Amino acid sequence: MARFEFTMPSLGADMEAGTLVEWHVKPGDAVKRGQVVAVVETQKGAIDVEIWQDGSVAELVVAPGTKVPVGTVLALLDVAGEGPAKAPQPEAPAAAPALSVVAAGAAAASTATRARVSPAARKRALELGVDLAQVGPSSPGGVIESADVERVAKAAAAPAPATGDWQSAMRQAIAAAMAKSKREIPHYYLGTEIDMTRALAWLEAENARLPVTGRMLYAVLLVKALALALREVPGMNGFWTDGAFRAGAGIHVGMAIAMRGGGLVAPAIHDADRKSLPELMAALRDLITRVRGGRLRSSELADPTITLTSLGDQGVEEVYGVIYPPQVALVGFGRVTERVRAENGTAICRRMVTATLAGDHRASDGHRGGLLLTALDRLLQEPEKLA
Amino acid sequence: MTVTDRAGLRALVVDTLAAFAPEVDYDTLAPDKPLREQIDIDSFDFLNVIIRLHERLGIDIPEADYARLETLDSTLAYLAQRLGLD
Repeated sequence: MARFEFTMPSLGADMEAGTLVEWHVKPGDAVKRGQVVAVVETQKGAIDVEIWQDGSVAELVVAPGTKVPVGTVLALLDVAGEGPAKAPQPEAPAAAPALSVVAAGAAAASTATRARVSPAARKRALELGVDLAQVGPSSPGGVIESADVERVAKAAAAPAPATGDWQSAMRQAIAAAMAKSKREIPHYYLGTEIDMTRALAWLEAENARLPVTGRMLYAVLLVKALALALREVPGMNGFWTDGAFRAGAGIHVGMAIAMRGGGLVAPAIHDADRKSLPELMAALRDLITRVRGGRLRSSELADPTITLTSLGDQGVEEVYGVIYPPQVALVGFGRVTERVRAENGTAICRRMVTATLAGDHRASDGHRGGLLLTALDRLLQEPEKLA
Repeated sequence: MTVTDRAGLRALVVDTLAAFAPEVDYDTLAPDKPLREQIDIDSFDFLNVIIRLHERLGIDIPEADYARLETLDSTLAYLAQRLGLD
C-alpha cells in the first residue's frame, strides 16, 4: 500500500487558494480516476473537482468551509502497490488556461453583465432610481427580483461594504487573463473564407433523418474538422510554458460558450479528434447545459489545448480572438452568410464562413498557421468523412 | 398542455421562450421584428426551444422551416397552421 496526497488543484494561473465546500466521499470509500470527489469554491465560482488516482479514502484532511492555498493536501488515499506519492495531474500544465477559470465563475454564476431581470424588478428600479447594472440576483444564476433592487437601493442609502460580487469577480478574472495574453503573447492573425455549402447541405440531410432530439448543430462539424486538422499540423495544439512549446497529450478543444448576460467560458471537449459527430454533439450539449445551469469539472477547465469560437448563424462575419494563455492558438468562425463567388468565370452564390486564426508567434509562424486553416478548409469539403 | 386557440398558443410559446430568456418582457416585444435578436438566444438554445415545442405540441419542426420562425408573429402563424388552428 502507498499513500497518495490529493491536493488543492490550480484551476488557473491567477488562482492562489480555494475553499473546500463539500466532500462527495468519506473515509473508507473507494474512488476511481476521474471521479468528482469534492466541490471547491474559488473567487470565481464553484467547481467539481476530480481525482486522478484510483484508491480508497484514508483521511479527509481539510474540513468543509476551510480556505487553503493551492497545493495543500486535502485528503489522503490508500492506493494499491507502489503508487505514485504525488498526484498524476491531468495533462494540462500547472498554469491552466486563465480564462477557463473565468469560465468557472461563469459556470457557477451563469449570468453576468446583462443579468436576467424580472419585469417587476425593472419597474421597481425605475421607481427607486436604481441602476440595474449595479444589481445582482440573490443567488448565482438567479433572476433579479424586486427584492434585489430594494436591497441595492437600501445599501446605496448607507455606505455598505463592497459585496463579494461574483459578477465583478468574473470581470476581473477575464481582465487578468486577457491582459496577460496581450502582454505576453505576440499574436499573429490569419483569415480565410471557407465554402460551407457542401458541409451544411450534408448536415441538413443528416438532421432531416434524425429525430429532433438528435439534431446536430453545425459547430460540431467545425470541432471535428479542427481536431483533425490539428493532427496534421503540429505545433498549434498545446501550451507555451517556461519558454517552450509543449504539445498537448490529446486534442481537447475548448469551446467558447457565451454566458447569458455577458462573459464567456471555454471548457474542453476531450479528445475531439476521436469522437463521432453525434458524440461531439452530446458532449457539447452536456457542456453548454452545465455552463448555463450547473457546474463544470476541474479537468474541463484545466485541459483545453486550443480554443474554438463560433458565432453560428447570428452576429458578425469575422472574429479575431485573443489567445487563452498558456494555449498557443484560437480559431474563430464568424456567421455563415450567402456570398457571391467567382467560379470558372461565373458568379455563383455559396454559403461561406470566414475562419480566422490567432496564433502565438513564439510557438508558430504564419506559414504553419496557414497550413492549419488550409487543412481545415479541405476537411470541411468532405463532411461525410467527419462523421 | 392542449392548445385550442391562438391565445393559448401564444401563452405556450412565450412560456417556452421564457425558460431560456427569462428576463425578457414579452408584452413589449415587437411581434413583427426578428425574434432571436430581441431575446438574444444562440443556436443551441434555439434548438432547445424547437425540442421543447416538439415535446409540448407534438410537432416536429424541420430545419428547413426555421426561416418561418423569424418573428413571434410568423412563429405563431406557422405553428397555428401546423396545428390546424386556423
